[in-house]
Amino acid sequence: MKIKFATMTAVIALGATAAFAEEVRVYNWSDYIDESLLEKFEAETGIELIYDVFDSNEVLETKMLAGGSGYDVVVPTGDFLQRQITAGAFQQLDFDKLPNSVNLWELIKDRTEQYDPGNSYSINYMWGTTGIGVNVAKVAEVLGDDAPIGSLDLIFNPENMEKLAECGVYMLDAPTEIIPAALAYLGEDPNSFDTDMINKAGDVLLGVRPHILKFHSSEYINALANGDICVAFGWSGDILQARDRADEADNGVEIAYNAPSEGALMWFDQMAIPVDAPNPEAAHKFLNFIMDAENMAAASNYVYYANGNEASMPFLEEDVIGDPAIYPSEATLENLYTAVPYPPKVQRVVTRLWTKVKSGT
Amino acid sequence: MRRLLVGVPYVWLLVLFLVPFGIVLKISLSDIALAIPPYTPTLDLSGGWAGIREFFSQLDLENYVFLTSDDLYWKAYLSSLQIAVIATFLTLLAGFPIAYGMARAPEEWRPALLMLVILPFWTSFLIRVYAWIGILSTEGFLNQFLLWTGLISEPLTILNTNTAVYIGIVYTYLPFMILPIYATLERMDASLLEAAEDLGCSRIQAFWLVTLPLARPGVVAGCFLVFIPTLGEFVIPSLLGGSDTLMIGKVLWEEFFNNRDWPVASAVAIILLLILIVPIILFQRNQQLNREAEQ
Repeated sequence: MKIKFATMTAVIALGATAAFAEEVRVYNWSDYIDESLLEKFEAETGIELIYDVFDSNEVLETKMLAGGSGYDVVVPTGDFLQRQITAGAFQQLDFDKLPNSVNLWELIKDRTEQYDPGNSYSINYMWGTTGIGVNVAKVAEVLGDDAPIGSLDLIFNPENMEKLAECGVYMLDAPTEIIPAALAYLGEDPNSFDTDMINKAGDVLLGVRPHILKFHSSEYINALANGDICVAFGWSGDILQARDRADEADNGVEIAYNAPSEGALMWFDQMAIPVDAPNPEAAHKFLNFIMDAENMAAASNYVYYANGNEASMPFLEEDVIGDPAIYPSEATLENLYTAVPYPPKVQRVVTRLWTKVKSGT
Repeated sequence: MRRLLVGVPYVWLLVLFLVPFGIVLKISLSDIALAIPPYTPTLDLSGGWAGIREFFSQLDLENYVFLTSDDLYWKAYLSSLQIAVIATFLTLLAGFPIAYGMARAPEEWRPALLMLVILPFWTSFLIRVYAWIGILSTEGFLNQFLLWTGLISEPLTILNTNTAVYIGIVYTYLPFMILPIYATLERMDASLLEAAEDLGCSRIQAFWLVTLPLARPGVVAGCFLVFIPTLGEFVIPSLLGGSDTLMIGKVLWEEFFNNRDWPVASAVAIILLLILIVPIILFQRNQQLNREAEQ
């Protein structure tokens, strides 16, 4: 019996090594892919895919700047990518190994060029906006039917927030997204580096702080879907995923997403290969796999984010490509702004302010 | 051979304490940079002696001066100190009766009771803290139970408050309090209590006059074992605490991750260590006094 067991383990171990001669390690955002794609990649390439997730750019950046993260593909947002490229964290992509890159969308490439000149270090995975998710019925109950659900007034005006506190408000724990939004609410340049201006945005946040239940960058999906909270300031696709989960659970919760009318942040999550990636060859294969039109469409259909892949459009479901919250109209696109990375001195002011907002100190 | 044996602890100390400490100290004297690693200067031995001199000339105390310019750091240190003191006291309140009960239990039960105290260590610390999220949340087991019994009509908000942090700390560090107290109580000579009662003490008086003073070394050891790690605790306040739970471990995390400022983060860590050295030395002295008293 003992011998039999040992042989069996040996066979299983051999089987595993025979099936996967190589591995590729991918570090992506949480709730950000159709997981069947991961199995499909392994089946097509015979490369074992190790898939880890994070929920903040700061965590990713610290790993990148420490070096030796062991990941082959990572997914920073544009402004973080730009800083990491400057620090020398990524390698240039070999486009000969990426034949599917012809599928990329010129419109998005033009915009990501701001972060990655020549688009030589990264490809766009998904893009979206940061805006307001509401539980329609609960907000109407608290603020009436004419509640400003499409305006930053909903979350930055203390009068509204005082009432909304009854049913619960979550906000992203991402200072580089919330402070620009508060500046947009004040009618100022969202990308201002002027520290006096940033402190004014801080006053807006401190004014509504007592009414915010929690700052968190991933829990709000479930909290919104379950009806635990009524407002979340978060990422477009996450809020749409909450809408979808509520529909599936058929729990009577109706979620709506709006990009704020005062202007919304448009962000780009870019796939890049770290300079010290253990298996850059396999990393290129993964990027090429993702840029396949049908694969990219499958990912978008699952996570409700727009992608930077024009060829994927025919494969997108109608409730994705036809939803202006995901693929905004030309008019909305005009109203979107992009983020610029803060210089270290300004970053310190921003982080300090964020600590003050969160902890009251 | 003997010299080798004596040397082992020193090598241990050098490799596991002094070298990491030296690295952190060095980073705390450096400047922030946008590079891998994100600080400058880095030690490059290829430059020879001149390179090393150049390296040392670039180090300065700027980051420590910076820490004094913002009251955030002081407040975070003080708040951590307060949380650590209160949590240690609460752990003592919970741990002493348990240790006392264990030491008074019939001898054949004691190994099993000891096992029960140690058992939680078999599961990951992180998972046990996560379990408390399930217990304490608004829709959690505790609230559902209390609602069911009719003791409360509205769910209590415990998760994301300091109360949850205290519960987490007391739960996690309880064995560190119980074990040293149990060790001293178990060794206590029961005839001392009989003698006290013969001399006219009530049982309660005997407890205060005999048991408690004899348990003191264990109580002191337990308190230090809880206090020292609690002061720099990060996982428990970040999982169970709210946005307004201010602890130095969280501030350190923010310096590292949000500001990407390793030098300032290292300076915060060095100061934390300096603050901890006082209780650690007191702890060592207590241990030494105990040993001398026994001899």
